[in-house]
Amino acid sequence: MFAASEALKTLSSGWFLENAWLIPVIPAIGFAIIIFFGKKLPMKGSEIGLLSMFASLVLAGGAAMQWIDRVNSGTKEQFIAPVVRTWDWWQIGGMHFTIGQSIDGLAVIVLVVVAFISTLVQLYSTEYLKGDRRYTHFFAALTLFSAGMLAMVIAEDTILLLLGWEIMGLCSFMLIGHWWEDGANSRAALKAFFTVRTGDMGLLIGVAMLYFASNDWTTENLGVSGFSIRGISAWALSGEPNSTVILVASIALFIAAIGKSGQFPLHTWLPDAMAGPTPVSSLLHSSTMVVAGVFLVARLYPVFFTGFDILGTGGNFITVIGGITIVIAAALAFVQNDIKKVLAYSTVSQLGYMMLGLGAGAWLPAVFHIFTHAFFKACLFLGAGSISHSASHHSFDMKKDMGGLRKFMPITYTTWIISTLALCGVFPFSGFFSKDEIIDNVGHNGYQLFMIIGLIGAFMTAAYMTRATYLTFFGEPRGAASGEHHEELHDDHATSHDSHDAHAVHDSHGDDHASHGPHESGWRITLPLVLLAVLALSSGFLNATPFGAKWERLKVWVEPRPEVVMETAPGGPGHAYVLALPSAEEGAYKSPCGSETPKEGVCYAPKLQHAPFKWSKAFLSLGIVFLGIALSWILSTMLYTRKDKRLVGLTERNAVLRGGYNLLINKYYLDVLYEKVIVKAVAGPISAAAYWFNQKVLDGILHSVAGVSRVASGWLYRNIDQRVVDGTVNNSGKATKGAGGVLAPVQSGKVSQYGALLFSAAAVAALVLVIINS
Amino acid sequence: MLVNQFLFLSALLFCIGVYGVIARKNAVLVLMSIELILNAVNLNFVAFALRNGSADGHTFALYIIAIAAAEVGVGLGLVLLIFRNRRTISLDDLSEMKG
Repeated sequence: MFAASEALKTLSSGWFLENAWLIPVIPAIGFAIIIFFGKKLPMKGSEIGLLSMFASLVLAGGAAMQWIDRVNSGTKEQFIAPVVRTWDWWQIGGMHFTIGQSIDGLAVIVLVVVAFISTLVQLYSTEYLKGDRRYTHFFAALTLFSAGMLAMVIAEDTILLLLGWEIMGLCSFMLIGHWWEDGANSRAALKAFFTVRTGDMGLLIGVAMLYFASNDWTTENLGVSGFSIRGISAWALSGEPNSTVILVASIALFIAAIGKSGQFPLHTWLPDAMAGPTPVSSLLHSSTMVVAGVFLVARLYPVFFTGFDILGTGGNFITVIGGITIVIAAALAFVQNDIKKVLAYSTVSQLGYMMLGLGAGAWLPAVFHIFTHAFFKACLFLGAGSISHSASHHSFDMKKDMGGLRKFMPITYTTWIISTLALCGVFPFSGFFSKDEIIDNVGHNGYQLFMIIGLIGAFMTAAYMTRATYLTFFGEPRGAASGEHHEELHDDHATSHDSHDAHAVHDSHGDDHASHGPHESGWRITLPLVLLAVLALSSGFLNATPFGAKWERLKVWVEPRPEVVMETAPGGPGHAYVLALPSAEEGAYKSPCGSETPKEGVCYAPKLQHAPFKWSKAFLSLGIVFLGIALSWILSTMLYTRKDKRLVGLTERNAVLRGGYNLLINKYYLDVLYEKVIVKAVAGPISAAAYWFNQKVLDGILHSVAGVSRVASGWLYRNIDQRVVDGTVNNSGKATKGAGGVLAPVQSGKVSQYGALLFSAAAVAALVLVIINS
Repeated sequence: MLVNQFLFLSALLFCIGVYGVIARKNAVLVLMSIELILNAVNLNFVAFALRNGSADGHTFALYIIAIAAAEVGVGLGLVLLIFRNRRTISLDDLSEMKG
């Protein structure tokens, strides 16, 4: 409640906030340096990558500090304006396209996460990819990858957002196919690229639609173009947009998010993307790339809010897709033997939670889940990499080459357990605070069915992670983990080294591998693990709802305040815009943002509710999680260690279970559908039609023309050619022969000489033109 | 708006491209030089479009980019086939067309 006379407090700002655009620019420059000079540098370019990411991290940290100061410098209810700076990027026929930064709470939190994880992953990679043949290129691509994500996060306009988005698509292709000598890897890279491209069409369409729909309104009311994200946000909440237009635009944008964030039905590329080196999987699955889709929805939230009528109905496109994704991906994780694939499906499932949260109006819990998930998932992936690097001899097969590793790798084991508990959502770990918040708020906002799906997902998550943990760290060591076949394997690797086997290339451990058999990894691998595990344990307390409002710091810092504001000075290039309150507001003030059209001024964020925390609900979900862990533990012990006769081979004996197992092993036959049915259905008729057109139409024309011309030429031959022409030709032939003898050296067959002649002729012609015209 | 700088840059790019086409022996580098020439032309189009305040030049530039992509596709296909048949892409070795 405030009166008209109450003035807004001036918000503080600072160097880090004003210059946040440097955060993506530094890695981009780092990329250029690595790609051009990397091979000549003492550490093959990795130092540039690491340094530039670290510089980004420092800047992002500074920006976060100053953002918190900025929030604290305002009043409790006041809308905290983002720090906006824009520049003219290009203009075409009088239309100006701007590019710029818009730093608000969402941008800051994602910036910090991305820069932090990228730095750790780069440090980890210096050890993990030691001796790789494309070491320099790897670091170049990794640095550009992070730059793309950071650019997308700071974007003030949808153009920069699109740019960062596409850079990430390109870099993921390069990194997944890093060991492209292996056909499977390059296929996985292509699959990732094309699947994401399918979704990307949606982004292009959505951005164009939003521009054309909102440009007039934003230009008139805010003085910005229809590409500006804050312009679009205000427009979406102004009550102005046509509901069909904004619905179609949100569907198009959400399809892009489906592709990028691996949501059903375009999730198939994500598990295949495991073909890349493990640090890439870690970065791709925790903070960049897959989070981009969720970030897009969170960033353009007002559009989705209005388009899908979030909070107005009991279910919409986003919640349905998110809900389906949670369950089907978690089910797939049960049948994987590859440890990285389990984690990949787990990521898909967790992204489903974020989408579900966004779709059900739980904006802050979803963003918080991006934050916590990044830490524990990066830790899990790096842990899997640590195992394959030092214990299982580059195998990721849990059943064949792992087991009993907890004795050999105490650090990896401890960090893995902490992150697993965080992922499962056990109480003091970070995942509990974010995931439980999502489930709780989804139910609170009237999406009961989806709350139940979320609880089922939590049960499944706990169960499949327990299975993976059991197979990896408990039971008896198997295969490479027990040290057997080690010498033999080594020889294999040595021979395949010569035959350029992709995986063997990064296998040159050097002399530090004197003690064969499983052992702990070096400090450059364990340090990131420990840091991430500490954050997996503690980051949840940044928004610990159970302990009361005082602990909900992210709610204050990150969530945009749904207040009506008036813009007094338009944001020109290089200027932050100034906001003022709307004029008289009488009586009890209630923000109308999101629920009705503001009469005066604009809203930048819809008003969302937060579920009050209840321990009873938390105990319910914790009970479900513990049940999942316990059940899975008992089953795993029976199945994998004691080889219980009743369980082993059950999927082969029981028809129903066999059907289910086959369905899961074949990933619901979605790959078959895409590659065999859809691609064939599209590509087949096109090539058939082209062939028909070629054979029937073109050839037919050709044949008839040929027939006519044969008749005509016969006549010509008899009458004109023989009599008139031949005489001439015979004479001119002699002349030509003479000239040909002179000019023959010119026809040297050397393309460059032809080129030289061509260009000199063009130069002479140009000269003639100039002389004639002057 | 001064277009001089753009034109100078464009002329420079064009000359580098022409030099590349004439002096380079590697077919791929020649293709890249042709790209430079095309982009020099693009720059001219865009510079003049900027001066005249019309979108025509930009449109032309976009068309050229699309056609250049197709051209490189065909060119690289040729180079690939030549390499498969002869294990070389040096243009000096490809002089069968002499008169």
